[in-house]
Amino acid sequence: MDGVEFRHVSYRIDGRTPILDDVSLTVGRRETFALVGASGAGKTTVLKLVNRLLLPDAGDVRVQGIDTREWDPIRLRRSVGYVIQDVGLFPHLSVADNIAVVPRLEGWPEARVAARVDELLDLIGLAPDTYRSRWPDELSGGQRQRVGVARALAADPPVLLMDEPFGALDPITRRQLQQEFRRIQARVAKCVILVTHDMSEALALADGVGVLDTGRLIWSGPPDAIAASDDVRVRALVETTLPAR
Amino acid sequence: MNALVRFWAANRQELATLVAEHILLVAMSTTIAVAIGVPLAIFATRRPRLASPLVGIANVVQTVPSLAMFGFLLPVPLIGGVGARAALAVLTLYGLLPIVRSTIVGITGIDPSIRLAGVAMGMTPRQLLRQIELPLALPSIVAGIRVAAVVGVGSATIAAAIGAGGLGQYIYRGLSMVDSTVILAGAIPAALLAVIVDGGLLWLERRLSARRRARSRRAGMMAAAALAAIAVAGSVLWASRDTGAIVVGSKNFTEQLILGEILALTIERETGLPVQRRLNLGGTLICDRALLTGDIDVYVEYTGTALTAIFRQPAATDPAAVTDVVRRLYADTGRTLLPPLGFDNTFAILVRGADARALSLRTIDDVARVAPEWRAGFGYEFLERPDGYPGLARTYGLMFRSPPQVMDLTLSYRALASGQVDLIAGDATAGLIKGLDLFQLEDNRRYFPPYEAVPVARAETLLRYPQVRRALEGLAGRITADDMREMNYAADALRQNPADIARAFVERGR
Repeated sequence: MDGVEFRHVSYRIDGRTPILDDVSLTVGRRETFALVGASGAGKTTVLKLVNRLLLPDAGDVRVQGIDTREWDPIRLRRSVGYVIQDVGLFPHLSVADNIAVVPRLEGWPEARVAARVDELLDLIGLAPDTYRSRWPDELSGGQRQRVGVARALAADPPVLLMDEPFGALDPITRRQLQQEFRRIQARVAKCVILVTHDMSEALALADGVGVLDTGRLIWSGPPDAIAASDDVRVRALVETTLPAR
Repeated sequence: MNALVRFWAANRQELATLVAEHILLVAMSTTIAVAIGVPLAIFATRRPRLASPLVGIANVVQTVPSLAMFGFLLPVPLIGGVGARAALAVLTLYGLLPIVRSTIVGITGIDPSIRLAGVAMGMTPRQLLRQIELPLALPSIVAGIRVAAVVGVGSATIAAAIGAGGLGQYIYRGLSMVDSTVILAGAIPAALLAVIVDGGLLWLERRLSARRRARSRRAGMMAAAALAAIAVAGSVLWASRDTGAIVVGSKNFTEQLILGEILALTIERETGLPVQRRLNLGGTLICDRALLTGDIDVYVEYTGTALTAIFRQPAATDPAAVTDVVRRLYADTGRTLLPPLGFDNTFAILVRGADARALSLRTIDDVARVAPEWRAGFGYEFLERPDGYPGLARTYGLMFRSPPQVMDLTLSYRALASGQVDLIAGDATAGLIKGLDLFQLEDNRRYFPPYEAVPVARAETLLRYPQVRRALEGLAGRITADDMREMNYAADALRQNPADIARAFVERGR
């Protein structure tokens, strides 16, 4: 199993308040899996369990077939790209230096780092000559999100986690970035787990969709099967998307 | 103003040395405070439960008055005592709080999503610290360094009290000579220095928080390099400074400065040994402690002071008996009392010459009659010591209109002359007695013990350098009360340099 697998995973805060309850899911090597749910449903916790920012209280999480408990956390995190909700670009580093963080941690030679930065800037549609030496606070929200994606992809990790990557953007930029994501994913073909509260985004981008409700995975399957669900909570989420489509 | 410029011009070499010493003291203590404080603060951010007690302790340290801090540290081995090392220790302690606090604030104030991004990218704690936390906290850390350095410039003036040099030396000398020109000669450059340090570090701080970080990082590196260079240069200079074989100390008033110079010049001339001067130390007990610990080798003490203030014996009035007791007590603690210099600097109860003539006052008994209408002003030491005011009041039945005012001994002469108080306790050899037309009342009940001026030296030093003993014995009986009053007058009233006065005296005696 090359992707990410959750087997009966539970997670509680301080071992008491349950955040995730018996979640099982499988995301294949080149698959994009979207986790949908209201805020507080436990979506971000799922991501943090993948790169071992958290460890499960019960069940196990396997990345590339290995239990996260057995992974060296540093190695694991360097092979899992993470686009976090607030982007979290380092304000004291230029765009190029932000993208280059993990390759440099991995000890790549500078020439290879520079080539990789330019390649990624091309991939996310920012002209390298213009943007390489910009500072994060000189970028628009959409540009910052793209740099966040480029930074997560920099060392070519097999797994990519994206936490509301298009959340804080205006609808037009959002639509544009979603299209770009599809194009990028077609080229890089990673195991992607995408967290969103927006069902239409999930249906548009993912090969598989899971619906989280207060810590339980209440539905999962391919996007075209979700309309057939008779769970009221799933139906409620699907119906919000109808006017938008 | 003109007098000030003339003073600086005449002493420009000394001024340059003092400014350099001052800058070195502040730069070195600040560098050490950074070297200790930043790691300490980083540690505290890793153990949040330690952070607030740590800041609490640093806060308490900050509130201890600096002079008291020097006092606390006197008996502490390694960092205590007198001289540059102790001053560095005190200034470093003061610098710690702002640096620790600003580093903690700088690190804990970083946006959590930025730290999360670093951790999620697989940074080790060390990489996170060096690549993310420290660079982002740097402007805040520099702000703390700025506060530490500015406070340091101020506190460093007090370092002169323990013989660590710096601009405070002028301030203390000016205070002991009651010469505002000399005080300003030290105070103005110190204030300017504070303004410059503040401005320079503020510039650096702004630079670091500005958007162009690549260039500012270079600025930060340059500043760090400059600090390091100063620290290295400082330690080299300091190491080379402390080469005097014999260290002569003195207390912080004119007569002591002159006597210290006379001892130093005599040893230099008679033995050819290098002599280091640690004059102007902040009081009897500091000198005594310095002599015990070996920070100084010799200074001039007064027999009555040694008996009551140092050895806490009841006051006695027979000069020969006092000298014998004191010699024995010193010998018990590894110190040698050398032959007396020849004059007795007892306490002098002083009134204005005009009052003495108008009311025909001659003795302290005479003044007891009018005292209930009068105000008295005494130095702190005189008010406290057993052979000072309490016994005097009892012996003569003295009562004043209000409790005696505490004032600086050297300022009290002026306070008397200008009518702020009507009676003071001064030194019998004070030059200002002549300069300000003051009158010394006779101690007709023989209350005050004898205060013969005697050099006290470490026995160890005298054994090692017998020629020093011979040189100091050569001074026996050579300085009369008149000589001393004249020399004090030259310094206090004629504003001559104590070193020049001492030189003239030593040369005349040859």
